[in-house]
Amino acid sequence: MATQFSTGAGEDRFVGRAVSRVDGPAKVTGLAKYAGEFSAENLAHGYVVSSSIARGRITSIDTAAAEAVPGVLKVITHKNRPSVAGQSKAYQDMVAPPGSPFRALYDETIVFSGQPVALVVAEDFDTARHAASLVTVAYEAEPPRTDIDALSGDAYKPPMEREGIKPPPEPRGDAEAAFGKAPIRVEGQYRLADEHHNPMEPHASTVVVEDDGTYTVYDKIQGVANTQLYLTNVFGLKPEQVRCLNPYLGGGFGSGLRPQYQLFLAMLAAQDLKRSVRVTLTRDQMWSFTFRSQAVQTISLGADENGGLQAIRHDAVQGTSTYEDYQEVVVNWSGVLYKCDNVKLSYKLVKLDTPTPGDMRAPGAVSGVFAIETAMDEMACATGLDPIELRLKNYTEADQTEGKPFGSKALKSCFSEGAERFGWSKRSPEPRSMRDGKELVGWGMASGIWESMMMKSSAQATLTADGRLEIGNSTGDIGTGTYTILTQIAADTLGLPIEHITTKLGDTELAQAPVAGGSWTAASSGTAVMKACRTIAEQVFKLARGLPDSPLANVDFERAVFTNGRIEVAGDPSRSVGIVDVLKTTGTDKLEATETASPDKDFKKQFEAYTHSAIFAEVKVDEELGRIRVTRIVSAIAAGKILNTKTARSQILGGVVMGIGSALHEESMLDHRLGRFMNHNLGEYHVPAHADIYDIDVIFVDEEDMANPLGVKGLGEIGIVGTAAAIGNAVYHATGKRIRNLPITVDKILG
Amino acid sequence: MLIESGSPGAHARIGITLTINGEKREIEVAPWTTLLDLLRERLDLTGTKKGCDHGQCGACTVLVNGTRINSCLALAVMKDGAEITTVEGLAALAHREGTNTLHPIQEAFIEHDAFQCGYCTPGQLCSSVGLMNEGHAKSRDEIREAMSGNLCRCGAYTNIVDAIEEVMQQGAVR
Repeated sequence: MATQFSTGAGEDRFVGRAVSRVDGPAKVTGLAKYAGEFSAENLAHGYVVSSSIARGRITSIDTAAAEAVPGVLKVITHKNRPSVAGQSKAYQDMVAPPGSPFRALYDETIVFSGQPVALVVAEDFDTARHAASLVTVAYEAEPPRTDIDALSGDAYKPPMEREGIKPPPEPRGDAEAAFGKAPIRVEGQYRLADEHHNPMEPHASTVVVEDDGTYTVYDKIQGVANTQLYLTNVFGLKPEQVRCLNPYLGGGFGSGLRPQYQLFLAMLAAQDLKRSVRVTLTRDQMWSFTFRSQAVQTISLGADENGGLQAIRHDAVQGTSTYEDYQEVVVNWSGVLYKCDNVKLSYKLVKLDTPTPGDMRAPGAVSGVFAIETAMDEMACATGLDPIELRLKNYTEADQTEGKPFGSKALKSCFSEGAERFGWSKRSPEPRSMRDGKELVGWGMASGIWESMMMKSSAQATLTADGRLEIGNSTGDIGTGTYTILTQIAADTLGLPIEHITTKLGDTELAQAPVAGGSWTAASSGTAVMKACRTIAEQVFKLARGLPDSPLANVDFERAVFTNGRIEVAGDPSRSVGIVDVLKTTGTDKLEATETASPDKDFKKQFEAYTHSAIFAEVKVDEELGRIRVTRIVSAIAAGKILNTKTARSQILGGVVMGIGSALHEESMLDHRLGRFMNHNLGEYHVPAHADIYDIDVIFVDEEDMANPLGVKGLGEIGIVGTAAAIGNAVYHATGKRIRNLPITVDKILG
Repeated sequence: MLIESGSPGAHARIGITLTINGEKREIEVAPWTTLLDLLRERLDLTGTKKGCDHGQCGACTVLVNGTRINSCLALAVMKDGAEITTVEGLAALAHREGTNTLHPIQEAFIEHDAFQCGYCTPGQLCSSVGLMNEGHAKSRDEIREAMSGNLCRCGAYTNIVDAIEEVMQQGAVR
């Protein structure tokens, strides 16, 4: 039985309900301010000049014309750049992969197309933009190396592991031999295009120089602690000299995990000019850093006549930059999802002249699970089994990779509840056998999986004499609903109304918390907030029990129920006292607590923790036009306790929509002659629009988990994982065409 | 070359009058300044968002005389004399004597969780009001089609359509 967070605190009045976002009013009135919207007296504006070559060196930069424009304050290049940290190690942020991070304006070397080569700083934005167009850069270009297929012979096993990213496990059994002997075999190459995060808010940083010489920095980041660490290391500042904030983030999806070059440039200019500076990137510059790098994958599955898996091989080669070994978990999922005694997995990198790729919503799992779940659909066809039946036949209650059971795994409920909602039993298994007018209809399904993680995190809580509570920490609400769920947790832990609680996030002056990513924030910050509020509860309780003729005399804290602003004795609500009365009577102005929550080591020793899902997709395909519509998705999710049914559902909706993008639309196209992503705008890089999105149904199945006291597992990524496979499998069912190379565009249907 | 003078300067500025969220304002603006940059950079109305500056994302949607437009594609000087409503003015648009409420579409967006990060939201809201003013879209399919100029990377689309549909139905009842 999962421990209820409110044990001893009362009832769940807000947790588990469809509570509307507490930041909703700020967001629908335009009052919510994002990093590039904070102003300051005498604010200067920076505009980035980007390199037009992908590899080589700058031979000269002519900034005279730009500097001559009235209103231009300075043009900063590698030639006149003020001194910054020389060691590349200083540029390694909290989530940097192994290698030497990119250093903007460091020297004349060009390592990717769109690399910043100058910053023009002017009195206003118009002037900076205009002057930037007058900067002339001459290069000595070398042929770019960006074609992963041409370079796959150079693939290497990353010599240093990226922290937190498990390399493929040692092989178990003998996959080659078992595959050779298997009567039924499936083999294929699978790939997913390079994708760019493209949050709606372009990256921006505003560096405000305060009167006392300290800095207040508003940065587009998923965790301000990372901004602060980066700035202190690179610019030789002390933490108390740099306060970093980001109360709202206009979409991250991983693109805001690492400090990006606009932060470096804004700080560089602010220090140099001794005045406040803002740098906002343009939409096309959003193609000049972090992206989901395509992984070229091969899978071989061998099964017996009954569909029992005898062998799994899954190999991936993925692009990284020339200067960092970015890594993600692409192939391991195949060894975790299914019971199989012969498994061999490999993961290699190829160095390309691109920016370092980065984590993008469910990094690795989006590519890897697309591949294995497409291959499993092929195996279902080869064995004549229903795709769900095949998955149940190979179901596992333990992670064979680690030799440990799952802490919880309600994937079977996802299959059954999802199938029922979708109407899966009405599916006619033969491809091209279902039609709606002139459109072919296809029904496909897939499983999804993501790691359930928790990170060490602190939170603070302050209860004031008026009965109002302020909680918070430095992590960010990246649109996930963190403000809201933390407010709900605090409200229930102390039995207070939601309106009496203020939640503050995204400020380095608040308690330390990690970046918001990996779907770990609900477990990490949620548990920390619960603990801080429990400590406050204990403090109030002690004060209450000490009152003369206290109704709580001789009552243990464990028997105290916090509800409706009062402390009651469990089972005897007639014995109670109001929290505000306690504070007033005892003359207490405020009570404060900061607590830290860490992952449960005992749990981790015994169990492996994952979220699971089953995705069912209906597509309608017009074969004459090659047009595919995803008319229905049912996503059934097993993710432990659901804190807020409204925002949780939205997390899954968002993941599904991005999954539809992966399946049908998103593709950053490199021109290998130029080493440049050519479709660097939202007109030519299509992200799903309103007209692309029909019905999406989300189911949360019951699942009890003990990894953390809240019983939550995280929801940010699981909605996208497997969605593209379910759609691809539906396209196969509709058309008989197996398309293993995403996105499934018109040409591939017609071709 | 288009910009002969090289830079925005006082001499190049043109006087215009805009009524923004009900307030009449006399503004001196450079001829090349977009309505979006005027709102965000000069008037501190940062509720209107810049997502692409190319008319491809809809984050900058505002109402000009009740019609929705991409403010990044309009030069401010072209709108001399116009009435502009931004997200900051939506509530006032629906304000009735003795009430202090949000516009029904704002309420519906909150109720239906029609946003996550909130960055596309001002544009989605203004576009929704513009769509309802146009009166063409009736069905969910028509709403989807007519809202397709407003991208939402968080993927709140189904909730946005739910919110618009609800407000349209309320309007029909009224």
